[in-house]
Amino acid sequence: MLKFENVSKVYEDGFKAVDSVSFDIPKGELLVLIGPSGSGKSTTMKMINRMEPHTSGKISINGKDNNSYVASELRRGIGYVIQQVGLFPHYTIEKNIAIVPQLNGWAPDKIKTRVHELLEMVGLDPEIYASRYPKELSGGQQQRVGIARALASDPEIILMDEPFSALDPLTREQLQGELISLQKKLNKTIIFVTHDMDEALKMGDRIAIMKDGKLLQLDTPEKLLHEPAHGFVEEFIGKHRIIQNPELMPVIDIMSESVVTTLPQSSPEKAISLIRQRKITDLIIVDESKTLLGIVSAYDVIQKVNSIRSIAEIMQPIGHILQDSASAKDAIIMMDESPFGLIPIVDESKKVIGLVTRGSLLAALSSQWTEAEVVAV
Amino acid sequence: MNNLSIWQQLVEQSQMRWKEVLEATSVHIQLVFFSMLIAIILGVTLGILVTRVPQLTTLVLGGTGVMQTIPSLALLGFMIPIFGIGVKTAIAALFLYSLLPIARNTYAGIKDVDPATREAAKGMGMTSMQILFKVELPLAIPVIMAGIRTAAVINVGNATLAAFIGAGGLGDFIFLGITRGIDGLILLGAVPAALLAIILEVFFGSLERWTTPKGLKA
Repeated sequence: MLKFENVSKVYEDGFKAVDSVSFDIPKGELLVLIGPSGSGKSTTMKMINRMEPHTSGKISINGKDNNSYVASELRRGIGYVIQQVGLFPHYTIEKNIAIVPQLNGWAPDKIKTRVHELLEMVGLDPEIYASRYPKELSGGQQQRVGIARALASDPEIILMDEPFSALDPLTREQLQGELISLQKKLNKTIIFVTHDMDEALKMGDRIAIMKDGKLLQLDTPEKLLHEPAHGFVEEFIGKHRIIQNPELMPVIDIMSESVVTTLPQSSPEKAISLIRQRKITDLIIVDESKTLLGIVSAYDVIQKVNSIRSIAEIMQPIGHILQDSASAKDAIIMMDESPFGLIPIVDESKKVIGLVTRGSLLAALSSQWTEAEVVAV
Repeated sequence: MNNLSIWQQLVEQSQMRWKEVLEATSVHIQLVFFSMLIAIILGVTLGILVTRVPQLTTLVLGGTGVMQTIPSLALLGFMIPIFGIGVKTAIAALFLYSLLPIARNTYAGIKDVDPATREAAKGMGMTSMQILFKVELPLAIPVIMAGIRTAAVINVGNATLAAFIGAGGLGDFIFLGITRGIDGLILLGAVPAALLAIILEVFFGSLERWTTPKGLKA
């Protein structure tokens, strides 16, 4: 959908704002550009609609060079949202949202319908807000209008330059959430610039980290957190993010790998000795290839030790299991429902590779928590 | 006649010369009107031009500023070799005087438009002309109107000097009053000129309010 090939921006004084950046954004992706100030993240974004023309390389939109358009026509086809919103103070909200459709020559009643639809989409009652002026709206409401304005002519690509940075934390959180759900519905290709890592992790399908005009890493949030390609990336993300965000912590990082397993044909006596030796309450049953079969509780084995020949007879199926790709948050949620108070972790072929118990979950989370406290001091 | 109080003189003079006063007022208004008309057209254009060509800013605003520092009488004198004696010279000089406040306010009004508004306009795909006419000028209107109002009021006062180069207007009575030592005669020119200035002030003030976009009003 959107492709950068060795794109650079060099100013007349020789300053390299963007240094040979290449990437590809598929349709429907929300890509976050993040980096410290002066990293070239905003410039990179603004080169797409030529608010900042690039000096070398090629930017193509659906395969077409963005330099082959007339600048104003190119921009009319791309949504643009900026931090200071930039609503026209002399226009009503309705007229503000109607700017691009008007430039594109839509019929007045089509514009009106569209404006009302958009106002509802961003959570503002058209009856109340359509005829108001920007200064009568709060900052959060103004940016809602800013987003509606960018969506007005239904562009495929939307550029957002720190759209929520000037808002108070509560409003910011709210608008972030609304943008995420809006994006699920509309499936736009969004380039979102921010300097806030929490925002990036929350919003981005993928995140591009920039520094000194260079693109250091472009990956999914999970991958960035676990495989930072660069010391700076690691430093910039900050270790504490992982702890704050169990959603992004893979379950394999908190599971215990020494799982006590046994075969279904084991005798109850063998099972009891295992349970006593390892001080466990439940035994995971696997076949020869370590594929998960079920679970036997210590209570049942001890009760029925004299009436059974193999533990297969009292084995229960286990419904609460997680794939190795799951997150710690998944484990926390599932733990609540698990009747055994444990969750086996399996790989793609259902082989048991680890176990999360209430105890290991708590230990993992609390150890990271205390680490974080130390870091914070 | 010189024993009469200044007010008695004024009453007497106006009874004698009311027809001439009306005529002079009409000439005065014409001087102001035509010089202002040219100054508005050129001043606004120059003001816009310097926002587009930054290299011209110093030249234009500095140049019109220098013009303002030349004493009004001297400027009228300089104009005589070019336009000769009479109305043309007066209008040219008055126009030059009005140029600065209008050009400067146009420039300032456009420059003061919130950069975010301009960036949004450009980012949405407005052309430079669309930005000027749909965004910058409407938002600069209150400032431009204030410049025009200032220029107009100064202009009414300066226009009394036109009498010195034979262009007529209310300055005739002031000139005559000074040379003959009749204070009432001076007032006969000064009072209508002052009234004219007040009327213009009120007129442009309400025009300013009327042309200010609704979203900008407090």
